[in-house]
Amino acid sequence: MKKHFKLIDLDCANCAAKMEDAINRIDGVHSATVSFLGQKMTIEADEGRFDEIMAKVVKACKRVEPDCTIQL
Amino acid sequence: MNKKQKKMLCRIVASFLLLGLALLVPATGYLRMALFLLPYAVIGWDVLWRAVRNISHGQVFDENFLMALATIGAFFTGEFPEGVVVMLFYQVGELFQSYAVGRSRQSIASLMDIRPDYANIEMDDKLVQVDPDEVAVGDTIVIKAGEKIPLDGVVLEGASAVNTAALTGESLPRDVQPGDDVISGCVNQSGLLRVRVTKAFGESTVQKILDLVENSSSKKAKAENFITRFARYYTPAVVIAAALLAVLPPLLLGGAWSEWIHRALIFLVISCPCALVISVPLSFFGGIGGASKCGILVKGGNYLEVLADTEIVVFDKTGTLTKGVFNVTAIHPDQFSEGRLLELAALAESYSDHPISRSLKEAYGAELDAKRVQQVEELSGRGVRAQVDGTVVCAGNDKLMEEIGVKWHPCHHIGTTVHVAVDGAYAGHIVISDEVKPDAAEAVAALRRQGVRRTVMLTGDAKAVGEGVALQLGLDEVYAELLPAGKVEKVEQLLREKSPKGRLAFVGDGINDAPVLSRADIGIAMGALGSDAAIEAADIVLMDDNPVKIAAAMQISKKTLAIVRQNIVFALGIKALVLLLGALGMANMWEAVFADVGVSVIAILNASRALKTKGLKS
Repeated sequence: MKKHFKLIDLDCANCAAKMEDAINRIDGVHSATVSFLGQKMTIEADEGRFDEIMAKVVKACKRVEPDCTIQL
Repeated sequence: MNKKQKKMLCRIVASFLLLGLALLVPATGYLRMALFLLPYAVIGWDVLWRAVRNISHGQVFDENFLMALATIGAFFTGEFPEGVVVMLFYQVGELFQSYAVGRSRQSIASLMDIRPDYANIEMDDKLVQVDPDEVAVGDTIVIKAGEKIPLDGVVLEGASAVNTAALTGESLPRDVQPGDDVISGCVNQSGLLRVRVTKAFGESTVQKILDLVENSSSKKAKAENFITRFARYYTPAVVIAAALLAVLPPLLLGGAWSEWIHRALIFLVISCPCALVISVPLSFFGGIGGASKCGILVKGGNYLEVLADTEIVVFDKTGTLTKGVFNVTAIHPDQFSEGRLLELAALAESYSDHPISRSLKEAYGAELDAKRVQQVEELSGRGVRAQVDGTVVCAGNDKLMEEIGVKWHPCHHIGTTVHVAVDGAYAGHIVISDEVKPDAAEAVAALRRQGVRRTVMLTGDAKAVGEGVALQLGLDEVYAELLPAGKVEKVEQLLREKSPKGRLAFVGDGINDAPVLSRADIGIAMGALGSDAAIEAADIVLMDDNPVKIAAAMQISKKTLAIVRQNIVFALGIKALVLLLGALGMANMWEAVFADVGVSVIAILNASRALKTKGLKS
C-alpha cells in the first residue's frame, strides 16, 4: 500500500535525506521517499502492518528531526 | 517572508549590532569574552539547543552540532569575533535558504493555481456556492464569466471562450458551445455556461494534474540520490579528518595545539552538507515547475533527467503527428472550378452521414440547399448518385467510376480519393485525408536539433499513407500496418538497437497505446487535456497536442541538468579548495563560512534559473 503524508516544519534538506534513510531501514517498508521541496513523504509498506509501521516511522522521524511533525 | 523568518531577521540584526558594539568597546579578558558572548547567544542559542537535543537522540553529525562545536571551539582558542561571525553567517545563510526555497515553492504553487474554490449550483432559482467536492455527477453547475471551471462536464447552455492557459500554456482561448466538453481548471472568459457535471471532483482533470505535480518530487533523479548518498559519507569523513588534523600534527610534529585546533574547526564549518543536498533537488524542482508553465507535466525528476539523453523518438501517427480528423486536403477538378467541384460533391453527399461526407460538407462550409438535391441513391461501398440541379452527379471511389463506365485517373496525393462524375463525364476528384499537424515537421526538425538521432513513426494505417506522412515530415523510418501488439514489438526491437546510454521516448495520444507508453524508457502522452488514461500511463504529459513541446521539454531537461552539474562541481570544488587551504593554514574561518553558506546561496540562486523558461529556442 502506498500513502502520502504531509510534513510540517521540515526545515533542512539534509534532515529530509536522513529521515528517508531511517524510514527505509524500518522492517516492512518497501520504499520511502521524503521530499524536502514538496514537504511530503511517500511510503510504500505492507498493508496489514501499516499502522504499526507508521508508528515506527513517526518515532524515527522524531529522532532525526524533532521539530518536524507528520500529518497523519 | 513568514513569521519565523522575520523573527530570525530581527535576531540577525540585533546580533550584528551587538557584535559591532563588542568590536568597538576596548575591553580585555573575561569582559571582552562576555561582550562577544552576548551577540553569540542572541544568534546561536537555538543551534546550541538543537545540537544538545539531537546528540541525545544519537544524531552526531548533525549540522547544528558541527556549527556549535566550531564556534565554541573558536571561543576556546580566543577567536571571539570569528566565533560570532561564523554563527551569524550560518544563520544568514539558513534564512536565505529557507526564503529562497519558500519562494520557489510559491512560484510553482502559483503556476498550479488551478484548484477551484467553489462551484455554483442553482437552488430555488438562486445560485449557491458549494465546495466542488460536494457536487455529484449529473448535477448542473453554472459558471459565470471570469470564473474557473470547477468540474469536468458537458455544456448544456451558453457559448463562451475558454482559456486553457493555466493547463496548457496556450494563450489562444478555445470556443465552446452546447454539447462540447469543458475541463476543470480552465477559465470561462466571456459568457455564462450551464454545465452538466460528468466526473466527481476527485476524478476530475484538475485533481489528477494536481496529484501528478504534487507527487513529482517523490520520484528522485539519479543525481539527487547521488548527492544525498555522497553527503552521508562526506560529513563524517570531514569530521574525522578534522579530529585527526587537531590531534596528529601537534603530537607528531610538535606544533602549537591552538593553531591545529583552529584549522580543524575550519574543517567542521565546511563539513555541513546542506548546500549540496539542497541545490540538486531544487534545480529539478525548478525544471519541473518551468516545464509545467509550458503545459508539460513531468512526473518526476528521474524522467526530466533521462529525457536529455533521448536518442530515438518513436511517434504514433494518428492524433500525434496528424490531427486525427479527416479533412479535404486536395481538390483536382477536370472541368469546373475547385469550388464548383466541391459544391457538387458536397450536395451529392449531403444526405449521408459518412465521415467522408461530413468532411466534404465541412470543407464546403456554407449551408447546403437540400432542395437542389433529388433522387439520392447511396451505393454502399462505392459512393452516391444524386440529381443536383437537374444533372446526375456520381461521387465515390474508383469502383463506382468503373461501374458507371467513366474514365477516371488516380491521384498522386495520399489519402482517400472521391471521384466525381457529372452526367457521365469525369469532373475531377477530391482527396480526403487525416491532416498532418501544422507544426509536426517543425517538431521533428527541432528534435533533431536537440540531438535525437532516429525518428520513427508507427502506424496502423496503410503503408502508402504512412510513408507519405513520414516523407512530408522528414521522419527517418516508418513502420505501417501495425496492430497494437506489433507496436510493442517494434518498440522492443528499437530498444535493443539503441546505444546503452541513449534513451527511447515514445509519443502517443494515450488512446490504445498505454502498453507502449509504459514499455518505452520515457512515455510521452500528448493532447492529454481531458484524457485520464494518458495522464496515468505516461511519464511526461503534454497538456495540449503540439508536438513541438517534446523538443521544448528536452531543452528544459538539458538546461536543468547543466544547472545541476554546475552546482555539484561548484559546491564540491569550492569545498575541496577551502579544505585544502584550511589544512595548510592558508584559509581562515571567514572563508570557511563562505564555502558553506556562500556556496549554498549561490547554488540556490543558480537552481532558481531552472524555473525560467523564457528565451527557450526550439
